[in-house]
Amino acid sequence: MSVNPTGGRDGMPSPLPRPAGEETALRRVWRMPRGLSLLTELNNNIVGVWYIGTALLFFAVAGLLALVMRVQLAVPENGLLDHGTYNQFFTVHGTGMMFLFAVPIVEAIGVYMLPAMLAARDLPFPRLSAFAFWAYFFGGVAFFCSLVFDAAPDGGWFMYPPLTSYEFSPGINADFWLLGIGFIEISAIAGAIEIVVGILRTRPPGMTLDKLPIYAWSMLVMAGMIIFAFPAVIVATGLLEIERAFHWPFFIAAKGGDPLLWQHLFWFFGHPEVYIIFLPAAGLVSMMVPTLARRPLVGHNWVVLALVGTGFFSFGLWVHHMFATGIPSLSLSFFSAASMAVAVPSGIQVFAWIATLGAGRVQWTAAAHFLFGFLFIFVLGGLTGVMVAVVPFDWQVHDSYFIVAHLHYVLIGGMVFPVFAGLYHWWPTLNGRLLSERLGRWAFWLMFVGFNVAFFPMHLSGLLGMPRRVYTYPGDLGWNVLNLVSTVGAFVLALGVLLVFADMARSAFGGGRKSPPNPWNAGTLEWLPNENYATRSIPHVTGLYPLWDNPDLPREVAEGAHFLPGAPTGRRETIVTSPIEAKPQYLMPLPGPHWAHFLAGLFTAAHFLCLTVQWYYASLVPAVLAVAMVMWWLWELDKGADSPPQDVGGGWRVPVYVQGPANHSWWAMVVLLLVDGTAFACLVFTYVFLWTVSPDVWPQAGQLAALPGLPWLAGGLALWGLSALAIGWARRSVDRNRHGGVRLGLGLAWIAMVAGVVVDAWAQIGTGLSGSASAYGAITYMLVGWQGFHVGVMTLMLGYTLARSLAGLLHAERRVTLDNTMLMGWYSAAQGGAALLLLHLFPRLAI
Amino acid sequence: MAVGRTGRYLLRACMLAGLPAVLAACEGRQSALDAAGAAARDILVTGWALFVGGTVIFLAVMGLALYAALARPERFPGRLSWVVGGGLLFPVVTLTALQIHEFGLARRLAVLAPDPALVVEVTGVMWWWDVRYHADGADPVRGANEIVLPAGRPVELRVTSADVIHSFWVPSLAGKIDMIPGHVNRLPVVAERPGLYRGQCAEYCGAQHALMAFDVRVLPAGEFDAWLAARRRPPPEPATPELARGRDAFFAVGCHACHAVHGTAADGLVGPDLSGIGARPSLAAGTLPNRVETIAAWIQAAQHIKPESRMPSFDVMDGDTLHAMAAWLESLK
Repeated sequence: MSVNPTGGRDGMPSPLPRPAGEETALRRVWRMPRGLSLLTELNNNIVGVWYIGTALLFFAVAGLLALVMRVQLAVPENGLLDHGTYNQFFTVHGTGMMFLFAVPIVEAIGVYMLPAMLAARDLPFPRLSAFAFWAYFFGGVAFFCSLVFDAAPDGGWFMYPPLTSYEFSPGINADFWLLGIGFIEISAIAGAIEIVVGILRTRPPGMTLDKLPIYAWSMLVMAGMIIFAFPAVIVATGLLEIERAFHWPFFIAAKGGDPLLWQHLFWFFGHPEVYIIFLPAAGLVSMMVPTLARRPLVGHNWVVLALVGTGFFSFGLWVHHMFATGIPSLSLSFFSAASMAVAVPSGIQVFAWIATLGAGRVQWTAAAHFLFGFLFIFVLGGLTGVMVAVVPFDWQVHDSYFIVAHLHYVLIGGMVFPVFAGLYHWWPTLNGRLLSERLGRWAFWLMFVGFNVAFFPMHLSGLLGMPRRVYTYPGDLGWNVLNLVSTVGAFVLALGVLLVFADMARSAFGGGRKSPPNPWNAGTLEWLPNENYATRSIPHVTGLYPLWDNPDLPREVAEGAHFLPGAPTGRRETIVTSPIEAKPQYLMPLPGPHWAHFLAGLFTAAHFLCLTVQWYYASLVPAVLAVAMVMWWLWELDKGADSPPQDVGGGWRVPVYVQGPANHSWWAMVVLLLVDGTAFACLVFTYVFLWTVSPDVWPQAGQLAALPGLPWLAGGLALWGLSALAIGWARRSVDRNRHGGVRLGLGLAWIAMVAGVVVDAWAQIGTGLSGSASAYGAITYMLVGWQGFHVGVMTLMLGYTLARSLAGLLHAERRVTLDNTMLMGWYSAAQGGAALLLLHLFPRLAI
Repeated sequence: MAVGRTGRYLLRACMLAGLPAVLAACEGRQSALDAAGAAARDILVTGWALFVGGTVIFLAVMGLALYAALARPERFPGRLSWVVGGGLLFPVVTLTALQIHEFGLARRLAVLAPDPALVVEVTGVMWWWDVRYHADGADPVRGANEIVLPAGRPVELRVTSADVIHSFWVPSLAGKIDMIPGHVNRLPVVAERPGLYRGQCAEYCGAQHALMAFDVRVLPAGEFDAWLAARRRPPPEPATPELARGRDAFFAVGCHACHAVHGTAADGLVGPDLSGIGARPSLAAGTLPNRVETIAAWIQAAQHIKPESRMPSFDVMDGDTLHAMAAWLESLK
């Protein structure tokens, strides 16, 4: 087997002409449902557009809130908004922009654009991304609607306890934040798993990692950051919600908790979050700049290193949001140095863009205007970023309007301007039409001038002493003119945004010029002729800019001369390639339109909404329905090798099913376990952190009787070990098609796990330990509860696998379902053992 | 290019509109640009270095980007050397220098008040400030919503919180420090110039975060000693029958359940200490100017002026009694 280079027509992967009817069949397989059934579609071309559209809608709503706040602050002692409304507005504005606009839109653009850039037919888990979208859509709408009922959260987007705990925020407002956002974070993680596996396993043949487009690199790093950052905030929101519901004192100083614990967990997520938003935007810039300069990106490898470096550094500087909390100055110096170091990779990217612009002749499109706006605003925001990394300077400007200015410079400059540039640049891939270049320039100038007029004065109002998050201010402190100017600027900025929206609406309804196939003469695969099935055939890639290397490529691809020119198994499918060399490995079947994921998203949102309004029993109904919907969609997957190996072109005949570590869902499960392991690590961190803060609430010397005896430890370890062995036994039995052994192993594993968590809990309850009395009790039961949650998940997975076995859908050649259950089961058992060792040995060693 | 020109005009107009305000406002009771304390001055010097350095770098990068975009490719040499030089070497060198400077600055600020004769304990409460002066080993002197400091003497502030997280910030004197339940943070200050300054809570702390400010009066050292000594003495008996009536009403209505007035039977701890309230520049944590009428308005309509604060509106008194009570409070100096 060898891949022919695409030198001449004779050396094409698939011989021409293609058989009659091949393209018709391909089109039929990928046809979009019509009418209401369109909701069942999960093709990334349509889900990506819904996703981007919803994110822009939430951007508009959160932006309108900002305009009302700017009117309130236009003059001192204004009475337009009362304190309660203003506090809800700024909380929903910040939360909405960060969680419902910024992260979703960068993932949405990835869902829309990555398959095109990788010439894959779709992402590897289209139903998962469609589910994530619907969960986000329903959850986001409910979150914004809380404003209408005066029930919106009002504790700030950072939700610092104790203000947000039960004592000072007894209403359901804070629960809207904790449950709503916790739930949307889960959808972000689903997106990240999708993106990692998509980039590593569905690249076109020949696209080795060194030929991966920069945008895909940025998305890979971003998804990796989500995997390690988001679990921290999920754990934090979980702890706070439990403190609110059961009064377990994780953050209450009087009972051995610490408000700073929240800040560590929140910012361990919150700082990478900024780069999670910025890196994909930087990736877009690195794609547009070469196109507009008509030159390859200068320093491609340096930029890749810069992206990876940013991802790495960003986890080392969360404390720079906590410089004023009284942390010892030596540790502050470390975080200050890390905060400055992260400026270096950004500098490398800025100079790579400048050098690329210098190497070429720039096409002054509307997108180019937005890119220059980006460079101006982002560099300024980066420089003020270095200023606030200087600890003593930060002591002055922290939580003042200087920071409001800084964060809007880096976020609007670093993300909104590149995304708007991208809208103008890539719009033709959506409907074959160009947005108006003229309106685009007007919109740019309005946004650029409006932005700077709105936010530059805030640097000064901050230095003049104006703190953040105030609904009113006195008129004699010299802030009046600056605030009025900011308000005027905000409206000019909004006018520019409105102009872009109007232009998009005009185009969506068929207005505007028709676009040539590759209007800016770009070099990457998303500009190949594209239909609902993506490209007719999947090109063989030999360079970073395939369309520049081979100007004939679009025609070859459209004629079907490259890989997978049809739908050989008669269903939606795409090629899975090896992670580094991108060699075809197998043909993955992709799911088609279905109601299950849509309903699962709806019921999941309904479940969280019921929890928020404290209808605990009622919430079980949508929960059960959501799980049932997921089971329904899963049941049709893992089809086994239901057709013989297929010829995908270039001499590659590949199977339609593989098991074990080469399978894409194995990869997804491993990534999920990284998320899970990070969450567990955050809980362990919480345990040790709380102990260092309040060792006095832990059992003291001479109080060994307060700890469960060591036999409980031994018993628990034995049960977790037994569950792991039982799963291993089931896995070995399936290879020999001994179905009795499979079922016995699965059943035994379940019994051992349930017994394990009961023993863990009973050991602690037996000592009379109370979860609400001290932080020690709270975190102890939290770790047990976390294990209980895993046993719940394992109950579903083991039961489902058992059902597959009983239905005859599980055997030696069709065992991906069991493989996934095995990975999760082994992880859960290992985590159970680790938690037990911590809970039993740490207090003994720490005495 | 019509739009471009309009944009530039707009920008220039805004700059012109903003400039006088800028110049006028740098001097201010709550401005980090108008330093009156050792720490604020030291930070401001570094701040100016950062502003100037940042402006130069910004202009250079923008100039380079514009040149790169407009010049013909053959007139833009370098390519990768820009990435290495501008993106790697230059920031590494400048940031290392900045880091060394910062380290020295942070150390200087940490040891401003190594062995302070005066320790001021400040506790943030939703939404006011409880203040205790510890000096000479004597009993602490309690006050609220105002901090009086001696000029030129090192003082250590010890801050904490009674409920949620607040942040203590007097831009004229020093950077801010958070007030966190369960933590006591220390902020050494040396006030250099006598005068009246303003501080404000800088960490969002709920409904009335915006109305949680306080005054800082820096007195010449001798005057400060006199002030502190006066604070230890009981207030004089009411000089007029009206003031006496006001005092009696204070106890009759039950104000003393929450408020203390040093040297009287009022010893409530829940609300702000009112000893010497008449000398304070403002009322209700920087919310109102301090006059007899505003004191009366506050007593009568606190929930209207500062909703959700713990001070109820006492609208049960007749006008004369209310005025008498306000007048008595105002006479406590």
